[in-house]
Amino acid sequence: MLELAIGIMLGGCALGAGIAMIAGFGPGIGEGRAVAAACEAIGRQPEAQSAVTTTMLMGCAVAETTGLYSFVIAILLIFLAPGRFVEILKNAL
Amino acid sequence: MSILLLVLALLPIVAGVLIRVLYVPATEGITVTGAHIFFTIDLPLGGLPITESQVNSWLVIISLFFFCLFLTYNLKTKNISTRQVIAEWIVESVDKLVKSNMGDFFMGFAPFITAILGISAMSSLMTLFGLFPATSDINVVAGWAILVFFLITYYKLKAGPFVYLKSFTEPIAVFAPINVASEFATPFSMSFRHYGNVLSGSIISILIATGLGGLSKFVLQWLPEPFSSFEIFRIGIPAIFSIYFDIFSGCLQAFIFAMLTMLYVSGGFPADEYFKRKAMKQAKKINN
Repeated sequence: MLELAIGIMLGGCALGAGIAMIAGFGPGIGEGRAVAAACEAIGRQPEAQSAVTTTMLMGCAVAETTGLYSFVIAILLIFLAPGRFVEILKNAL
Repeated sequence: MSILLLVLALLPIVAGVLIRVLYVPATEGITVTGAHIFFTIDLPLGGLPITESQVNSWLVIISLFFFCLFLTYNLKTKNISTRQVIAEWIVESVDKLVKSNMGDFFMGFAPFITAILGISAMSSLMTLFGLFPATSDINVVAGWAILVFFLITYYKLKAGPFVYLKSFTEPIAVFAPINVASEFATPFSMSFRHYGNVLSGSIISILIATGLGGLSKFVLQWLPEPFSSFEIFRIGIPAIFSIYFDIFSGCLQAFIFAMLTMLYVSGGFPADEYFKRKAMKQAKKINN
């Protein structure tokens, strides 16, 4: 009984971590668009390269944040949540 | 003299390696653990754990202190040395950065921004010596982000509390809860961004090293015993990935943290109201 519960719980944690990382799509598309726009801007105005690059890196960092939120949740689900849940299950059963 | 200061700057890193070797228990295989807790100080309001990330950030501070002394002692106006050229380049480039992003009113922020850049980059680069990077612990980065949050609020309050409260009702009063939430989201997003980037880099580095060890075992399994357990792919290849994940990512995150600090502080500052209020106060003084 306990083994089954722990198995289901570990599987749920792993699945949840995988599903959380689907959020990586968003920042990928967003950063790709930002870099594409920056390339166009540099092509149009090569003398503004340093300013465009700095602004692009800033925008990329801000766009990356949502992906990092999901990454933090996945890390918690993989490394922290199983131990806690096993303790809770052992106390309950 | 210069050699002595350089040695003193490098000594904390050696001390960090020694502390890690002596006091942190070794782990096998893939283990991603948080900072090791050395000991806990008992206080009335619960224990205060002294962790590896804390000790490493102290070591970074000591190391940077002696490095700054090394760069700036014995300054001259003629026949300047290489150290002085480097120090002047750092000061001038940060001054230029602060001036272009924050304006003349905030020029006093240049030393603070330099300190953020130096400590953040150095803490992330500690992985190159095999040490635990202090920036991959959320408590350290959250401390910096809370400090920045207080700075933002202080400069928003410069034009009086009414202007500060009124700034939450922009553009219309219905948005007030959203504006309050976004105010508190600033330190969260800053700390999560920095910590998440450094931590993901170190986890990916560990996964790459472990995967390459398994791959070399699989490829070399037909050889006799001492050669088959030799993990040949682990030599050099993880270092190539480390250039991006440790060096580039760490320096970029330090730069981004400093940039965001500058943009948030100068962006939240109500410049027009502040100068109007200052002029009114001065006029009152003259009238009295």
